[in-house]
Amino acid sequence: MARRANPKDLVVAAAVLLVGRRRPKSQPERLERVVPAGEPGRGSELVVLALLLAATVCAIGFIVVYAVDRIPRQTQFLGLSLGLALLFVAAALIVTAKRLIVTEELVDDYPATEHPEEQQLVTQIVDESGSRITRKRLLTLGAAAAGGSLGAAFLVPLASLGPVVHTGVLYDSPWRRGRRLVDENDRPWRAADIEQRDFYTAFPEGADKETLGSPLIVVRLDPSSLHLPAENANYDANGIVAYSKICTHAGCAISLYRAPLFPPDAPPPAFVCPCHYSTFDPATGGTVTFGPAGRKLPMLPLMVDRRGYLRAAGNFDGPVGPSWWGVRLRGAH
Amino acid sequence: MVRAVVTYIDRRTGTAPFVRKTLRYLFPDNWSFLLGEVALYCFIVLVATGTYLAFFYQDGTTQVVYHGPYKPLEGQHMTEAYRSVLDISTTVKAGLLIRQTHHWAADVFIAAILLHLIRVFFTGAYRKPRELTYWLGVTMLTVTLLEGYLGYSLADDLLSGMGLAIGYGVALSIPFVGGNLAALLWGGPFPGTHAFFARMYIAHVFLFPLLIATLLVAHLTLVALRHHTQFKQSRRESERKVVGLPTFPAQTPRSLGLAFGVAGVLFLLGGLVQINPIWLWGPYHTYSSTNGAQPDWYLGWLIGGLRLMPHWDFVIGGYTLVPNPFWGGVFYPLAVFGFLYVWPVLEQRVTGDSGYHNLLDRPRDAPWRTAIGAGILTSVVVVFLAGSADRVLVLLNLSYASQIWFYRVAFFVGPLVVAALTYRICNALQAGDRVERDRRLAEREGRAAAGET
Repeated sequence: MARRANPKDLVVAAAVLLVGRRRPKSQPERLERVVPAGEPGRGSELVVLALLLAATVCAIGFIVVYAVDRIPRQTQFLGLSLGLALLFVAAALIVTAKRLIVTEELVDDYPATEHPEEQQLVTQIVDESGSRITRKRLLTLGAAAAGGSLGAAFLVPLASLGPVVHTGVLYDSPWRRGRRLVDENDRPWRAADIEQRDFYTAFPEGADKETLGSPLIVVRLDPSSLHLPAENANYDANGIVAYSKICTHAGCAISLYRAPLFPPDAPPPAFVCPCHYSTFDPATGGTVTFGPAGRKLPMLPLMVDRRGYLRAAGNFDGPVGPSWWGVRLRGAH
Repeated sequence: MVRAVVTYIDRRTGTAPFVRKTLRYLFPDNWSFLLGEVALYCFIVLVATGTYLAFFYQDGTTQVVYHGPYKPLEGQHMTEAYRSVLDISTTVKAGLLIRQTHHWAADVFIAAILLHLIRVFFTGAYRKPRELTYWLGVTMLTVTLLEGYLGYSLADDLLSGMGLAIGYGVALSIPFVGGNLAALLWGGPFPGTHAFFARMYIAHVFLFPLLIATLLVAHLTLVALRHHTQFKQSRRESERKVVGLPTFPAQTPRSLGLAFGVAGVLFLLGGLVQINPIWLWGPYHTYSSTNGAQPDWYLGWLIGGLRLMPHWDFVIGGYTLVPNPFWGGVFYPLAVFGFLYVWPVLEQRVTGDSGYHNLLDRPRDAPWRTAIGAGILTSVVVVFLAGSADRVLVLLNLSYASQIWFYRVAFFVGPLVVAALTYRICNALQAGDRVERDRRLAEREGRAAAGET
């Protein structure tokens, strides 16, 4: 039958374990020492033991916190217990290193800087191995051809990753004349919904919202403040203008709109991209007024249908998204 | 007992002589030699925590509707990837601890590598015969930067999505091939094919870690083959004689202690100090973004470079030769890393010093190197600080535009000023050393003279 341990016995046993030390065994043969002898550090041994015990308690604490759902702040207590357990072990190791182990500072030779004889032998072995070969250059050329073309053959399937040659997709835009503007929940925007001093995000009806060509930023400006360049004349619908929402610098969405509060003095309206603060002027066809963007914002011509819904009157006046080598060669399609 | 194990192993492997040599291999002792070790232990923590995260992460980009314990996002559309990271952070037990520890470990990892690089540079540790070790190390730094970027891109929260969009913009901007390269990597225009996240995932958890591990093994092997460099601290250290602690017993508990210490600090950070609370950022859509977005610290110099550049695309005819993001996102980092790669060769050429160096310089001992290094470092720091101009605007209300202009000027002036100052300080310190040496010599002579009389 199991008997409960007497607490007093436990304490005594623990004390014996802690304080008692084993007699060093008598060595069967006396060898010359490699690692020099040092003074015993009994106090430090106790410190290390205490640190290991603390680590044990913390590690068990981690398991308990993990197992007991009712303990609040799981992440904090888990991190605290595990972190402390590791740190206590670290402390035990450092005390061991500094106090319990002989720290020898030894001197040794750096390895030889070089081995001329071996170099000579290696060179000879390689050189002499080819002595039967007469057309070395031709063979090297042949090997290079085989190796190079095999390497290329291994790499070519990587082209399946994407349209590496047919970069025409980069010009794609889902906008077509007549396509309605809808909001994030596919509700069509009416011209009357668009108010001054606010900005709206719109998508082509029925198209994928996540492609770069889809999202628009739409604002209403005072028609008298519009100064659209000749090529964008009539792109607005009674002062409502629409631009690609994707910054032409690095492809982030433009989500800041500075609307002038008190028109004559306030700075003009501006679209700002929060990634690198490219700033575009919606009143002048999306020209860059500040920041690193190198291209104006693509503008979408708008019209209002008979029922008051906003529709595209055509495609963007240029490709959307960040620039690449071909961005000025063709228009959006 | 020990004898029995040693005998058993030696009889089967014949490695007793090798083990003996390994046990008595010497580690020169200096606190700054531990920075590389810290990076190594961070890598181990990263592999361990990353493996745990991989048990739960899903790389799907299919849009799902969120229903879960985090109520503010209830009913929102998001990718499977983002939902799985949300679940790791909310419902997986210990998931948030491991995720935050992983993130902290990545940040500390790269910081340790960078400090290690700075130590190696300013003490001339990269000199012959250790150029290969150095180049492997610089390569590892570039790989870890990309690895870190991939890691936080996988979460697919709003910030990471914005980071990916910028990455796409930067890839597109590479002259002549950018459009093709980006279309290839993403499998089409941004946000790319559904397979894109699978590509990032395998790269982040397999290809890049394998590459880092391989480089790491080669790096450490080379260190061991040539032994570590040392400072001249006494008469015993010389170009031919290494002074240090043997692997066993002295170095082993020290290194293990450091390993446990690093892991302990990382888990404390992971548990107690919040990092990248992705549930607050919300899911990413190409049409959404947020103000005040900042990447992990080690990419701060790239965002700074992108922001500092004036709005130029270089165009010839209709052909866009250099789109703008190239300068800050590719050219500048390439220039900095190019400098790091060529420096050992360049220095050898200029100084004509092609000797073996096992003894380290103190920074003051090589004023030119220290000045040039400080200049380059200043340039990187200026660009890094420029990346935080929007936070400074919010905190101190300093105009963003004038800050950018300040940094544009500082980028050119700052490195020159710092380099010139550093050069003078180094020379002054050297002069101080000479005075001190003369004084000690004179004192010794004086004492000797006094003793004679």
